[in-house]
Amino acid sequence: MRPIFRTAMTALLLAAGTMAAAAQTNLRIGLAEDPDALDPTTARTYVGRIVFASICDKLFDIDDKLNVVPQLALSHETSADGKAVTIKLRPGVKFHDGEAMDAEAVKFSLDRHMTMQGSFRRPELSVVDKVVVVDPLTVRLDLKSPFAPLIAQLTDRSGMMVSPKAAREAGDRFGQKPICAGPYQFVERVQQDRIVVQKFADYWDKDNVHIDRITYLPIVDSTVRLANLRSGQLDLIERALATDIKEIRANNRLKLVTAPELGYQGMTINVGKGEASKVFADKRIRMALAASIDRAAINQVVFNGEFTPGNQWVGPTNPYFQQKFPVPGRDVARAKRLIAEAGVKTPIPIDFMVPQGPETRQVAEVIQAMAAEAGFDMKIRVTEFATSLTEAEAGRYQAFILAWSGRTDPDGNIYSFAKTGQPNNYGGYSDPEVDAWLDEARTKGTPAERKAIYEKAAAKLIDEGGIIYLYHRLVIIAHSTRLTGFTQLPDGLVRVKGMKLN
Amino acid sequence: MLTLFGRRLLQLIPTVFFVSVIIFLLQQLLPGDPATVMAGEENDPEVIAQIRKQYRLDLPLPVQYLYWMGGVLTGDLGESMRLKVSVSELVLQKLPVTLQLASMAIIIAVAIGVTAGVISAVKRDTWWDYAVNVLSLWGISTPNFWLGIMLILLFSVQLGWLPASGYVSPFEDFWGSISTTIMPAFVLGNAIAGILMRHTRASMLEALESDYVRTARAKGQSEIKIIVKHVMRNALTPVITLGALEFGTLLSGAVLTEQIFTIPGFGKLIVDAVFNRDYAVVQGVVLVTATTYILLNLLADIGYILINPRLRSG
Repeated sequence: MRPIFRTAMTALLLAAGTMAAAAQTNLRIGLAEDPDALDPTTARTYVGRIVFASICDKLFDIDDKLNVVPQLALSHETSADGKAVTIKLRPGVKFHDGEAMDAEAVKFSLDRHMTMQGSFRRPELSVVDKVVVVDPLTVRLDLKSPFAPLIAQLTDRSGMMVSPKAAREAGDRFGQKPICAGPYQFVERVQQDRIVVQKFADYWDKDNVHIDRITYLPIVDSTVRLANLRSGQLDLIERALATDIKEIRANNRLKLVTAPELGYQGMTINVGKGEASKVFADKRIRMALAASIDRAAINQVVFNGEFTPGNQWVGPTNPYFQQKFPVPGRDVARAKRLIAEAGVKTPIPIDFMVPQGPETRQVAEVIQAMAAEAGFDMKIRVTEFATSLTEAEAGRYQAFILAWSGRTDPDGNIYSFAKTGQPNNYGGYSDPEVDAWLDEARTKGTPAERKAIYEKAAAKLIDEGGIIYLYHRLVIIAHSTRLTGFTQLPDGLVRVKGMKLN
Repeated sequence: MLTLFGRRLLQLIPTVFFVSVIIFLLQQLLPGDPATVMAGEENDPEVIAQIRKQYRLDLPLPVQYLYWMGGVLTGDLGESMRLKVSVSELVLQKLPVTLQLASMAIIIAVAIGVTAGVISAVKRDTWWDYAVNVLSLWGISTPNFWLGIMLILLFSVQLGWLPASGYVSPFEDFWGSISTTIMPAFVLGNAIAGILMRHTRASMLEALESDYVRTARAKGQSEIKIIVKHVMRNALTPVITLGALEFGTLLSGAVLTEQIFTIPGFGKLIVDAVFNRDYAVVQGVVLVTATTYILLNLLADIGYILINPRLRSG
């Protein structure tokens, strides 16, 4: 009786499934957090960008080699003095409310990013003096000074265009019903439960959009997220754990897709902020700590060897990685020698601030054990994340595990961290030469020129900078084999074009 | 009796006021600056300054409190800095979810706990009693998150009977709603059932030994009638209070359980808000749940009086 019943049920379910598939395809994506407001101007979370990838197209996008490619724009051209960027727009593009995506709309969107109260885009576009409409399909950005990373900014939220009509009507509530020019249009959102979007019929590239609906479901617990994928209630999950990679690979109904992240994981060192910075003010002590760490071992022990050891602000596969400075191995003898030269008595007590989290804590413990052999007594202080930022700001720490999610342009990974007085320079590092190089790299046009300048900065920062880079994570996405056509780029976004659900 | 209720209701006002001050102050004690958290990774000083101004974080605390209280008194709980949605809207969105989950959990808890407690008291020192005791100990000592994940692995991944997580409103799909909430409700109810069982057992045993039971027995009443009419009626008074308190706790959100099963209720809302230092949301939700808790206590007192007429004179 039982097997018969089961077969009948399976048949019924299958039939229902096929009917549903023929009627409408719905892609269910499991997110690691609940996004913040869905307004490109005021949004600030990584997870929000994953949702934006389906609803808000940008002027430019990136490819797997981090090259800038056209999206809503067709091309860009920078004037000889570097102070004017002319952007040609794609003709015939419509917003979800039917309004035209033209030069006026681009000017409106960029102005909104630059002037609206509560805008998080203002610092990203601070170099733009004004936006000029040249003709209906051309805009010109007049800059206060040449700024190489500008186009890279336009591949992210700063480059997202919103419908002027809808934005004017909704004001600061625009994020509750965003109207952009992406492949999917917003349907509904229940906070902390789901975000639903559906295919936009008038999308400029609609032939490449195959799935009717996407439901984003925030599921914070990574075990539960994976369980949902395994039981078939989700089709794709983002940010699976490195320790789950084995299980995903072993499951023949799941597919694992990875890409090296744009950011890095590192240890911020207090080299110049207040009383606590005294220990590391001598750069030999800082170099000794770096030499005592075995990056490959951290990767093996904590992440099953899935991540990539690193020693720079971009990963080894990034075009801006300086091959001249390969990731060094561990050298305890050198570390001891440096400490002896500096004449500091061991063990050296270090206030080691570690934000809450199972992985960061494990990393910290491995570092603690390694550094102990060289003569450091790393006193781990586990701190809740928001608190740790306040502590770091005030200089109440000596070493601090801190990650950076990364930007497409290398400037976004280093300028704010190493230039004197910049907001993310938690280590209080200050060096006039490095400051000058970082500024110079912003003004140069070609990648080769910029890389040459960064090389000079890297030589100095690797030894004495406010950050000891440790490793680069993988963007880890797992999806059901029903889903095809998905590719992962280093920025971790889930690009929905080209995907099919069978 | 009406004046009694009136008096109790009036006593609510200073209590709620006191609670509001405490919520406001405790929140300020949290280290970590909401503006820095809001500003995100970029940590831009200009953006931070502007957030401080926009949400009045730059004003002295008493002034901030007055602004907040002023809003609350006119029915405006403020706006979530993170979601740009009014807190009242969020509360209204989450309240039915949490109410449903809490009600289901308490029904499960009472069904298991009170039944088990009565059985173990009546069948004292038999293997029934021991079995029920072991069961209740298990319920109290099993961690929610562990039981939750085990249930998901069994019923969703292995058997495929229930959805692993998520929530559907009963008005959209009644059975769908039950199937998404039954596991979390069981996890929550299971823990409370153990506590209810212990209390039911203890107070039943006490009542069973009282004079009026002896008298009833002497009058030759049937054992079932004695237990239902005399013993339970008296013994359940403290259990009702306990149930109401547990229900109140459930209403303030079952943080871990909601997180594991991704139930979009108060628990998840508060956790997210605390980590993001979304003050208005934390304050609003805690104020609402605290007020509900106090009201439930009042209802429990009224419940006593209805069940036990001797208390009416007070």
